[in-house]
Amino acid sequence: MKIRLTVVLLLLAIFTLGLAQRGSAGHVNILYWQAASTLNPYLSGGTKDIEAASLVVEPLARCDQDGNILPWLVDEVPTIENGGVAADLTSITWKLSDGLVWSDGSPVTSADVVFTGEYCMDENSGCNSLQQFDGVASIEAVDDSTIKITFDAPKPFPYGPFVGATTPILQKAQFADCIGANAQNCTDANFAPIGTGPFVVTDFRANDVVTYKANDNYRVADQPAFATATFKGGGDAASAARAVLETGEADYAWNLQVEPEILAGMVAAGKGTVVTAFGANVERLMVNFTNDDPSLGDYRSLQFANGAPNPHPFLADINVRKALSMAIDREILTEIGYGKAGKPSCNVLAAPAAYASTANDGCLVQDIEGANKLLDDAGWLPGPGGTREKNGVPLKILYQTSTNSVRQGTQALVKEWWKEIGVDTELRNIDAAVFFGGDPASPDTYGKFYADIEMYTNGFNGTDPEVYMAGWTCDEASDVTNDWLGSNIPRYCDPAYDALAAKLSSTAAFADRVAIVKEMNDMLMKNYVMIPLIHRGSVSAHSNTLTGVQMNAWDSELWNIAGWNRK
Amino acid sequence: MFTFVLRRLLIAIPTLLVISFVIFFILDSAPNDPTGNLPLTIPPEVRQKIRDSLGLDQPMYVRYVKWLRQFLIYEPLNLLEENTGIKIGDSEGRLRIVSYATRSPVMELIAERMPQTLWVVGVAYLLGIIISIPIGVISAYRQYSIFDQVGTFVSLIGFSLPTFFTGLLMIIIFGVKLRWFPSVYDTTLVVKDWKTFVLQVKQMIMPVTVLTFFNASRLTRFLRSSMLDNLNMDYVRTARAKGQKEQVVVWGHVLRNSLIPVVTLIALGIPGIFGGAIITEQIFRVNGLGQLLIIAIQGADIPLVQTLTFIFAVLIVFFNIIADVAYGFLDPRIRYS
Amino acid sequence: MSTTTNNQQKEYSYLADVWKQFSKHKGAVVGMLIFFTIILTTMLGPFVWRIDPDAKDLKHRNEGPTITHPFGTDNLGRDMLAANLAGGRISLSVGLIAMVISILIGTVIGLLSGYFSWLDGPLMRLTDLFLALPILPLLLVIIMLYRDTLRGIFGPELGIFILIVSIIGVTSWMNTARIVRGDVLAAKEQEYVTAASALGSGGQRIIWKHILPNVSSPILVSAALGMASAIITESALSFLGLGFPSDIPTWGRLLFDAKDFMSLTPLRVVWPGMAISLIVLSVTYMGDGLRDALDPKIRSSK
Repeated sequence: MKIRLTVVLLLLAIFTLGLAQRGSAGHVNILYWQAASTLNPYLSGGTKDIEAASLVVEPLARCDQDGNILPWLVDEVPTIENGGVAADLTSITWKLSDGLVWSDGSPVTSADVVFTGEYCMDENSGCNSLQQFDGVASIEAVDDSTIKITFDAPKPFPYGPFVGATTPILQKAQFADCIGANAQNCTDANFAPIGTGPFVVTDFRANDVVTYKANDNYRVADQPAFATATFKGGGDAASAARAVLETGEADYAWNLQVEPEILAGMVAAGKGTVVTAFGANVERLMVNFTNDDPSLGDYRSLQFANGAPNPHPFLADINVRKALSMAIDREILTEIGYGKAGKPSCNVLAAPAAYASTANDGCLVQDIEGANKLLDDAGWLPGPGGTREKNGVPLKILYQTSTNSVRQGTQALVKEWWKEIGVDTELRNIDAAVFFGGDPASPDTYGKFYADIEMYTNGFNGTDPEVYMAGWTCDEASDVTNDWLGSNIPRYCDPAYDALAAKLSSTAAFADRVAIVKEMNDMLMKNYVMIPLIHRGSVSAHSNTLTGVQMNAWDSELWNIAGWNRK
Repeated sequence: MFTFVLRRLLIAIPTLLVISFVIFFILDSAPNDPTGNLPLTIPPEVRQKIRDSLGLDQPMYVRYVKWLRQFLIYEPLNLLEENTGIKIGDSEGRLRIVSYATRSPVMELIAERMPQTLWVVGVAYLLGIIISIPIGVISAYRQYSIFDQVGTFVSLIGFSLPTFFTGLLMIIIFGVKLRWFPSVYDTTLVVKDWKTFVLQVKQMIMPVTVLTFFNASRLTRFLRSSMLDNLNMDYVRTARAKGQKEQVVVWGHVLRNSLIPVVTLIALGIPGIFGGAIITEQIFRVNGLGQLLIIAIQGADIPLVQTLTFIFAVLIVFFNIIADVAYGFLDPRIRYS
Repeated sequence: MSTTTNNQQKEYSYLADVWKQFSKHKGAVVGMLIFFTIILTTMLGPFVWRIDPDAKDLKHRNEGPTITHPFGTDNLGRDMLAANLAGGRISLSVGLIAMVISILIGTVIGLLSGYFSWLDGPLMRLTDLFLALPILPLLLVIIMLYRDTLRGIFGPELGIFILIVSIIGVTSWMNTARIVRGDVLAAKEQEYVTAASALGSGGQRIIWKHILPNVSSPILVSAALGMASAIITESALSFLGLGFPSDIPTWGRLLFDAKDFMSLTPLRVVWPGMAISLIVLSVTYMGDGLRDALDPKIRSSK
């Protein structure tokens, strides 16, 4: 595990702002078109809440813009080399920096860290970062500033708990009575957590606006440069972009998923800059390996119907899956829907760079002719209406995704290309709260996948893809036995893939892990279990008067707000 | 009259109970999910735990009865305690209605949204009524005059263009090109002196204009047609024949009789103020009750949606009673049976 | 026998009379001309302008009007003329049918509850219930329950059409019902109605002959406005992912999709916006003319 301790950027920020004083730059306006609903990241409703909270509460270590782990409330990141991680990989020991204080002036101790762990792992708390604590057997305070986390099995990547914006440290004194079912009664704490970060909450209006002021007890003497900040929510992405790029009413706007030509037109006004950062998110088409025919009733989209295998009538044929992928021009999808915020991708694991495979790059070139030939050779011949069929099975696809104008644009283009290879497509878009929801009564969830093809984006937290890649093993198949909550949405099943996943979980050496992960990715890609389309970046905009903004896809975008300043 | 109102109020109680149950049933059957908007990186097992922690593992009727008890008993008691300072029973242990998304009392969220909703939606509604009455009356009285033609044209454009379009057009013209008004509404602004009052007016102008345009268009059309009907009635001729002044005839008799459909619309519209103006609030980031409701619906925040919708239902029933009373006032011949 | 012919003649002369009166109303005639022109254009247009509204001309994206694309193109290079023609057919059918459903329900409920006091209570409580229902979750439930069934019976496009038209119709009749009821309550007390009632006319006859003509104007206004709101509601539905699939254009949807491109290709918002406004204007003027023509008092006074 190689960890570069890049503090260069931080030092640079401190250096350039060396002359600045805390609070000298006045006020900064941040615009998120989804408003923050709570400032407790463990009960958050999504990225917006976590990022709004990241101004206040901080983890032990953060990820920088390249995905490297950076010490934050500690002096160094524990590794096997420095003895912080046990040689048998079953524990990790963190040591807090000296002299850390909460914004109320009281000292930060190991008890706070231990408490935060208990808080999230409590059975009744409904903590949404629970996955980070997977495999944690105990968290104990060795002394006032040392915390030892023990795992129940060797953990090759032990940087789950307390690394990154999703698992910051809460103050024990403030949250002691809020554990478990009591989390609901702690509105005041959830709306104004006490933290170690550069800002302190002065007013919180749920789903509307948060106002902050500089933390007088912040550990860097001349930071933050801004005396006050607001975090305003509401509206849509296009108008958020307009407020920064055209009217200059806001200094920073988040997640501007807007058609690229609209954004370009706004940038031309000269008031702001668009910044992007690429994490692990890949927009992909999922292929249903099971038959989703409505006439199957309760056996719809299950691997077995009445005890017999229930394969998809035509997607079970790899030639069809391959042809669907070949017909797509990913360059054009990127140009039209994403612009700078996307790159064509042939891998479902496109980042971090070390893990990205190059074996599948052939998909970057659209090949309609080749796709047509492939289908001809496989016996799928055009029928009377131009739609290909074989043994009376026509290539008619129901293609679903969530409602979002860029996604509907992609759907329209893909439909057009598939028409050129004799595939008839019916489009469907579903409200995001339904599509990504888990209501077992709804036929429209992405987990049930009552369609032939579906499209969405997924990635993983942090920089280690082990859990992500394990999502396509046989026993993860999403079906009625697990309430449609499995992560193997295509319901692909290959024992060879399962074996690789098992091997990965017991391999520690970085190079070996990379090799296994690449092999897994290539296996999925060569079988066309999923059809990756676009490696999606986060795209935000900041005012040209703002300095020090460093986009980061691996942590909160506002991770270094302490170093922001006004030109 | 008094017995009529009393009886209507008594009937309202079972009606509202039925309505509240139907609403709860619909919300519960809807396929959206409070964990649906969480990042996909959060695994399904964790989502299930979050749902359980919200109490969604309990059967529907249990949650309904719980909500009903909270809404009818606990919340009013809390309100009473807050206002009078008297402690009644176990005030600490009383569970308030808590939103899924924010885990804070629903009533506080609603109270927080009232000012901006009243400022923007309320003012727009009032202006809409004030503008539409003279326009409607004059349009009808001078039917097919230039005034009427222009009024008809403008009001129909106003009605046929959705607010998501007119709002955006205003932002581009007055916010981006001319820089007259801000496009982001500041809900934290407190009006305390002349300067802040000017700021408040400036930020209200665009959303209020958009909404007023839309409301006034509708009211004008109904008032105009109703006036036209009444202008041809026998009693108008009688009044004129009796030598009453034309102004008295028009503004007194005809308008009064023509207000019945308008009163109906207004009575239906006032609860609508409470419902907020979802699209307009969204465009200008007013973040009032409409935005609260739509976020809650999208996030399947059942306690919040249920409470907001039910308050809305109470207002609808209440204002419909008022409308019926107003009918009798406008036209004494309408009897209460 | 002779009475029937007599009645038919009377009927005929009544209709002719109405038409004569209607054709005197300049606005109504112009409105009717525009209305039918738009309907004919959207119906016949696709046979003349043969570009597929779903075809993408990727080399000509975000263009203003050209010879190949007289209405310009959108950000995927789709022809806006073809899209507006195709969209018009769907929007007009949705608008008309949904409006008719909503007006029918609204008028019947309004008339019944205004005229028969014993029905007033239950019907108005029903109206209260519908007014209070949270529309969006209700839509989600309806779509979950019926979409696949209707898709199975009628196919994907007709199925969703039936669903949308009924949803809009069934959730928008309440205002009409309350307005009609209010006017019926007033009309019921007019001298000639009480007189007719005293002379022993049946309820049905009184409603048809005396009450309905008297409350026709709010119904006509509701109809014109209802058509516009149905067209716009449809666009809100598709925005929420509850309407037609995204590759089927409708005016409301074209307007919605175009709004963010307002500075880049301003004409994109103009076409559907103008089409919706023209339809509403023409329906309103036709309504005005019809009301004047139907109103016995106006007819006799001229």
